[in-house]
Amino acid sequence: MKATEETPTGENNYLTKHTLRSWLLTTDHKRIGVLYLLTILVFFVIGAFAAALVRLDLVTPRGDLLSSEMYNRMFTLHGVIMVWFFLIPSIPAVMGNFVLPLMVGARDVAFPRLNLLSWYLFITGGVVALYAILEGGVDTGWTFYTPYSTTYANPQVVTMVAGVFIAGFSSILTGLNLIITTHKLRAPGLTWFRLPLFVWTLYATSLILVLATPVLAMVLFLIAMERFWGIGIFDPAQGGDPVLFQHLFWFYSPPAVYIMILPGMGVVSEVITCFARKKLFGYPFVAGASVAIAVFGFLVWGHHMFVSGQSIYSGFMFSILSYLVAIPSAIKVFNWTATLYKGSISFDTPMLYALGFLGLFTAGGLTGLVLAATAVDVHVTDTYFIVAHFHYIMVGGMVLAFMSGLHFWWPKITGRMYPELMGRLAAVVAFIGFNLTFFPQFVMGYLGMPRRYHTYPDEFQFYHILSTAGASILGVGYLLPLVYLLWSLKRGARAPANPWHASGLEWTVPSPPPTHNFERIPDGSGKVYDYPSPAAPPPID
Amino acid sequence: MDDERIGPTKNVRETERLHSHFVTREQQEDAATLGMWVFLATEVLFFGAIFMGYTYVRWSYPGVVEEASRHLEIVLGSINTGVLLTSSFIMAAGVLLAEQGRHRAAALALAVTALMGVVFLVIKGTEYSMVIGEGYLPGFTAQLEPVSRPGGGYYGALSEGGGPVPGHEELFFWLYFVMTGLHALHVAIGVILLAGLAWLLRKPQGISLNTVRNTGLYWHFVDLVWVFLFPLLYLAGHRL
Repeated sequence: MKATEETPTGENNYLTKHTLRSWLLTTDHKRIGVLYLLTILVFFVIGAFAAALVRLDLVTPRGDLLSSEMYNRMFTLHGVIMVWFFLIPSIPAVMGNFVLPLMVGARDVAFPRLNLLSWYLFITGGVVALYAILEGGVDTGWTFYTPYSTTYANPQVVTMVAGVFIAGFSSILTGLNLIITTHKLRAPGLTWFRLPLFVWTLYATSLILVLATPVLAMVLFLIAMERFWGIGIFDPAQGGDPVLFQHLFWFYSPPAVYIMILPGMGVVSEVITCFARKKLFGYPFVAGASVAIAVFGFLVWGHHMFVSGQSIYSGFMFSILSYLVAIPSAIKVFNWTATLYKGSISFDTPMLYALGFLGLFTAGGLTGLVLAATAVDVHVTDTYFIVAHFHYIMVGGMVLAFMSGLHFWWPKITGRMYPELMGRLAAVVAFIGFNLTFFPQFVMGYLGMPRRYHTYPDEFQFYHILSTAGASILGVGYLLPLVYLLWSLKRGARAPANPWHASGLEWTVPSPPPTHNFERIPDGSGKVYDYPSPAAPPPID
Repeated sequence: MDDERIGPTKNVRETERLHSHFVTREQQEDAATLGMWVFLATEVLFFGAIFMGYTYVRWSYPGVVEEASRHLEIVLGSINTGVLLTSSFIMAAGVLLAEQGRHRAAALALAVTALMGVVFLVIKGTEYSMVIGEGYLPGFTAQLEPVSRPGGGYYGALSEGGGPVPGHEELFFWLYFVMTGLHALHVAIGVILLAGLAWLLRKPQGISLNTVRNTGLYWHFVDLVWVFLFPLLYLAGHRL
């Protein structure tokens, strides 16, 4: 055990062993992070393919490409895969796994074998879900609303639900591991308020993963029971209530939305402070805001149900609580902006993505306030307005943050630099493509175009064509990194230990890190984000 | 496999194997214990969702729940409550014995706990067969017929003619089977864990004290779920 650690040169790093067995039976958090990365990229491609079909189909008002049934299956496929098999594991399971132990000065996560189990559960869940698709597909939408899912949809719903159920346990295990690692494996001297904000946001995310996912598991279980047994608590004919399903499902899902944004906020906090060469402004507030978002996230589920017939007084309360979430979110945006102020900013690829995040998350967040207003929500419920809103958060926010983090830690993960110019180009292309895809959706949604419709009146065609054109550009923005990152694995320049001159314990170890991370457990009592001064030299070119 | 081994030796701490990513054994033990508590928190939320469902049914049809509740086997249910509570007591005694280093006595206590878990499951199974025998298995009391629905037919729904039971008693029995079934699954897992631990505890250095403690936490949790299930399901229709 001790022998392998004496390799500070990076010669004997975590990637040295090449056998398949050494990967499939690994308990190294870094390797598991890489396994997750490869897996979710496969799912991302599948989900993106479904989205591409949907967008292509919507170019004509009559939907000439797909049949209506196939169209429903494709948007369901897109939603299920992107939410559960890409977004939720994206930053926590890939970068959380890889970076968090390094950041807290640990040699691994608290429970390495559970960590590996979590990946296998994820794969199993994914395979089951894909099987459901091949077997005939599901057309309920990713929310599995009853009675669609229990009565009217085809039986593959059960298979699909089983896949999500299994993947849920992998989320729980990842959350559990990250919580315990943060609590118990911090290096000596590394107090809570010396932790990088990425750790704080992952901690908040993990709380949600651990406390919300079991409710989803029970809801999905009850759906399956209703299909098998024919008796159900969600069936009004038998005395049940479909609205109960909505309450339970949304008890999970709004927190899950914060699973899909909090880690992105963490990445952006790291990147902005590094590329502005400036200590993060208002650190304790940003840290506290992360936890506040996680707590408030559990209390806003009714904002999905303003038109479900819930009592108007519940509507008031959920509306107010949804507004309250805006406060910690705004605290973060203001603090990031204040960090940039008088910073020595360099526009490297991670920073470009992070700045894109800043704008798009703000747009997505502000339109969220529009939706939280009960009266306005009635007008825009189930229109493209809401589709645009959550894509601004999930794609404009989380996917850009994921790309930002991927580029930021790519040298650490692979030991190679990616081509900087290509990186910047891809970031700009993705930003333009994204806005062209989703901004028209705000407009057409406000004009009354309902979501999930296969055909639509001719007057909306203009916006749909814009949106599809944007999606094509966005696709190029995704393909470029896929190509040049793969290229960099072989041809990229060797990465030094700290290519960005960033602060943080993960940059004190060689790139790629040795198997056991730290030869000796580091001292964590240094200041967090200890950037010298705004006048310091910019990072290497 | 880690931590403090149980045994008469005073120097157990030095002979310990520590996982390489932990610095001290205390840290390793604390991590495992905190991990168990967090896991139990997820379990609370898991059961919480179905308790929410129960609340809905009870709230909507209070009279129906009370009436249906009277058809459950309250004697067997009460015996089972006694069995499970006693098993928790013996589990606690097992942890105490393990702390004192009396590994054989501790092994015996854990084995008895596991055995009582088996007794619980046997009684539960008997109860199920009685309830089913009286025709209260939801979904199967009415005749099953294939029902074709838009978007593809599926089997298992109540026939259109038969219809659901007017008073929604089926919903109560459905909840009864789902809630106690999930609980029984947890008991079964606990029995396997306890039996395994008891087997390892035969030897003085067989298993760490912390593992025994954490398994105890799990068993007490399973017990606690039953403490809520019993009054909600069995006592709902009974008044003193």
